[in-house]
Amino acid sequence: MTKEVKSQPNNPAAPRKQGGLNAEIQSRIGHQLRAMYDDVVRQGVPDRFAELIRKLDGPDAAAQIDPTAKNDGRD
Amino acid sequence: MPLTDSLRDDILASVPSLRAFAISLSGNGDRADDLVQETLLRAIANIDSFQPGSNLPAWLFTILRNLFRSDYRKRRREVEDAEGNYAKTLKTQPAQNAHLEFEEFRVALDKLPQDQREALILVGASGFSYEDAAAICGCAVGTIKSRVNRARSKLSAMLYVEGAEDFGPDDTVRAVIGGSGG
Repeated sequence: MTKEVKSQPNNPAAPRKQGGLNAEIQSRIGHQLRAMYDDVVRQGVPDRFAELIRKLDGPDAAAQIDPTAKNDGRD
Repeated sequence: MPLTDSLRDDILASVPSLRAFAISLSGNGDRADDLVQETLLRAIANIDSFQPGSNLPAWLFTILRNLFRSDYRKRRREVEDAEGNYAKTLKTQPAQNAHLEFEEFRVALDKLPQDQREALILVGASGFSYEDAAAICGCAVGTIKSRVNRARSKLSAMLYVEGAEDFGPDDTVRAVIGGSGG
């Protein structure tokens, strides 16, 4: 987004700067984003994950289920 | 630190938002739950490296994000039909009109570059600070801010400006400007 924006003289509605979206659109985006996300959050914890966490005693138990898990996920 | 009962409870409490993040990243409910499961296994296998008192959700999100990234690289060439999969993961279907708008939003979100999508979700939906989001993504705070801004501009162009379907970077800017009057 480093390209120069073509100037729009006599257009008072143009955003003051890049990313200066109008407030109503920003709030609609934020609202929809949270609605989508919260729909999943409200489903709570599926049984499979509750069981998994309950039955794992610690690092060794987790590594037994997935031997490749014994690193921090970075690569 | 050792896996205490209270740490176990805290991990469990993070599962709903981990799932929401995974689904937003992958656009696919089944794959998202596999990602969450793998994240939990890794977290518990490496619980000794978690610093007590530090931000547990951010630590878990970092693991999930890294798993998604490496998984994504592996699957890059696979053609996936993620269309509609997201909706299947929802228990409650919104009313028809709302659902259409919702679906359009999800499709638009999927079109964003991965970097921008994850930044927007972490800040705009998960509620992380810019600093936490930067730590999760392993980049500078300013980078996160600019990714979030670009994501918002593109979504706005896709969703709220007519005829903006085939836009490139230049068209995005033009569409934002062109659409701001109406």
